Amino acid sequence: MSVEKNWEPKIIAFTCNWCTYTGADLAGLNRMKYPENVHLVRVPCSSRVNPQFILRAFQKGCDGVMVCGCHPGDCHYATGNYFTRRRFMLMKRLLEYNGIDPQRFQARWISGSEAAKFRDTMTQVTAQIRELGPNSKFQEKWYQEGGPENE
Amino acid sequence: MSRTGVIICHCGTNIASMVDVEKVAEEIGKIPGVVYSVTNKYTCSEPGQQMIKDAIEEHSLDRIVIGACTPRMHETTFRKMLKGTKINPYMLEIANLREQCAWVHTDKEKATEKAISLVRMSVAKVGSNKPLFTSFIPIHKKALVIGGGIAGIQAALDIADAGHEVTLVEREPSIGGKMVMLDKTFPTLDCSACISTPKMVDVSAHPNITLKTSCEVEAVTGYVGNFEVTIRQKARYVNHDICTGCGLCETKCPSKISDEFNQGIGERKAIYKLFPQAVPAKPVIDAQNCRKLNGSAKCGVCQIVCPLQCIDFEDKDQLITETYGAIVVATGYELIDWTKLYGEYGSGRYADVISGLQFERLVNASGPTEGHILRPSDQKEPKDVVIVKCVGSRDEKKGKSYCSRACCMYGAKHAHQILEKIPGSNVYIFYMDVRTPGKGYEEFYNRTREDGATYIRGRVAKIYKEGDKLICTGEDTLIGKPVTVKADMVILETAMVPARGVEEIVSKLGISMDGDHWVQEAHPKLRPVETQTAGIFLAGTCQGPKDIPDTVAQASAAAVKVCGVFSKEQMETSPMISRVNEEKCCGCEFCVKCCPYSAIAMKEIDGREGNRKIKRMVATVNSGLCQGCGACTAACRTGAIDLLGYTNDQILKEVDALCL
Repeated sequence: MSVEKNWEPKIIAFTCNWCTYTGADLAGLNRMKYPENVHLVRVPCSSRVNPQFILRAFQKGCDGVMVCGCHPGDCHYATGNYFTRRRFMLMKRLLEYNGIDPQRFQARWISGSEAAKFRDTMTQVTAQIRELGPNSKFQEKWYQEGGPENE
Repeated sequence: MSRTGVIICHCGTNIASMVDVEKVAEEIGKIPGVVYSVTNKYTCSEPGQQMIKDAIEEHSLDRIVIGACTPRMHETTFRKMLKGTKINPYMLEIANLREQCAWVHTDKEKATEKAISLVRMSVAKVGSNKPLFTSFIPIHKKALVIGGGIAGIQAALDIADAGHEVTLVEREPSIGGKMVMLDKTFPTLDCSACISTPKMVDVSAHPNITLKTSCEVEAVTGYVGNFEVTIRQKARYVNHDICTGCGLCETKCPSKISDEFNQGIGERKAIYKLFPQAVPAKPVIDAQNCRKLNGSAKCGVCQIVCPLQCIDFEDKDQLITETYGAIVVATGYELIDWTKLYGEYGSGRYADVISGLQFERLVNASGPTEGHILRPSDQKEPKDVVIVKCVGSRDEKKGKSYCSRACCMYGAKHAHQILEKIPGSNVYIFYMDVRTPGKGYEEFYNRTREDGATYIRGRVAKIYKEGDKLICTGEDTLIGKPVTVKADMVILETAMVPARGVEEIVSKLGISMDGDHWVQEAHPKLRPVETQTAGIFLAGTCQGPKDIPDTVAQASAAAVKVCGVFSKEQMETSPMISRVNEEKCCGCEFCVKCCPYSAIAMKEIDGREGNRKIKRMVATVNSGLCQGCGACTAACRTGAIDLLGYTNDQILKEVDALCL
């Protein structure tokens, strides 16, 4: 598949309001720099993220999807991120089974004080996905071109 | 069609220097539904807010998107502003153009592009926003304190002194808890009963406190401000309204039972007061051991001797239901049952191997030996005493991995008391470490060593009997040699564990506990007296091992938290909570299982199956308990439950908008 010129990876990150979103704000406050490719969606808790959102993001053209929350044990809502962890361990395997590179979907724990970790994670993930190239799986165009038959 | 207004903030030059705000406003203005798209120098300022208010009127806007700093900064500011307009405060979305765009990027063109994406996402989301309304729940200004130890007593007194009604529930026949069993308190050697019994009397005399002894919490429903609590008043068989506590019945009762208050040293009767200074100072009958009540004999002598006819063998348990606005859990601790865990210490076969609490009763002036330290086996004064610390604590293999915090200090206190009361005695303390964090604690430990206590670093490996001596063998790890001490008495400073039944009370209250069954606080550092459930607070050792000063401090803290809840007539609740679509709900109860606040319950509704009318179960969310985390929404397999303010539709719209 030919890579479009000037292609930039599109990355969506579902971040919990209390840890990772706060950590991202702190990264801003400290004027840390990371690639423009990352777009945050604020959710109250990482357990709010429905696996459907991830499929939808890939379907509509995202090249990488992240789910970020508080460290297990530190959840603002006590147990939310334990659900996140279980759900997305499964989700990751399901996506891999369907031919999505595991690097395209990552769940990470970044606390409100870990601005540097946020920057490093986002930089690293962007680089990984840039390396992988655009994702076409699950997208309309991919199905029109024959879907799984292509492979 | 919605009429969205978009304001892109310059934030002085904070945003404008890295993002071409004019271009963003222009691009966003092209989105269908956006009828107004402008920039502003300082949107959060008074003129900035006025501009939005004017625009709402002028352009008949019905929802607003602001591209500015993080919503964590000014979301509440702008919501407040919208309260004065015809737009609902929740018809607002903020795109984070400062912290998550302008400040973190270096390429103006790309940053502008990202800013457009971010605002577009917010515009898409706001299109699906629905007006939300905060609701108010009334607050019943009456507190329930569970547990009548020093923590519960302190919390109850503090709340009552602040002018609120309090019910103090204690399952034993008297309040006082563990503190009243102790002889002296470290490091000042205050007499424990002398400082705790006046507080107990204060509780019983306080006009705002209803004292309920021999009571247990049966069931709890409801939420902050409105807890419906059912309390079981256990049958006492003595009418406390008439009884004067003369004590005649106690002297005549023929049954003798091992005395729990004295830790099994000594005996009590079947009709008894827990201890002489008990509050209330009236006896109860222990039905299990009463000859008449357990049917082993006709007896009834107490009924015959009672001058006021207070004895009622027909007494039954009663259930009382009341509404409380807040609950303080102060269920306390007990000592680990070392006899089951430490076979090498004799599993309880040797009468002279006793626990620290048993020693407290031995040395206590109101105890079974009237304060004379006499060993239980032959009532002789011991000369050589071994104290073993960390029995059950810091011992992952046999007991608990945690440190029980108070034992180093009361171990030193026990040594001090023995050396003081028995001239010429020797005390050997086997220790792992000596931990003395606290005011005056290290000084007290040093004083004990100067008194002549011998500290040996190491655990006791075995205790066995030789004649009337107890041989304690162990290793002195500092010199690396085995040591043997011939002792007359051994005191085991055993670990604190949560009081029996804590699991039940925790599940009734819908709060959580940690791996060792200590009740879980909301945050170990910043919310140490709160639980995850609003309106339920923690005091004392139910939360973890503590000494008395820490317990009292935490109890007062919990009391202040309760008073904080009671400072308002009614409480505003966030409208961003889960809501169930009953049509779609299939009653699978997945949401019930994953809710950390027990906010979801099942209810029966009328349904249809073909032509037949049926009853079916659906989930229902308690708005007082739901904190809006959304864990249930992702668990719902029919998509029946959704989180207002972050609905599936809103988030999917955001995703779609990014991918345009």
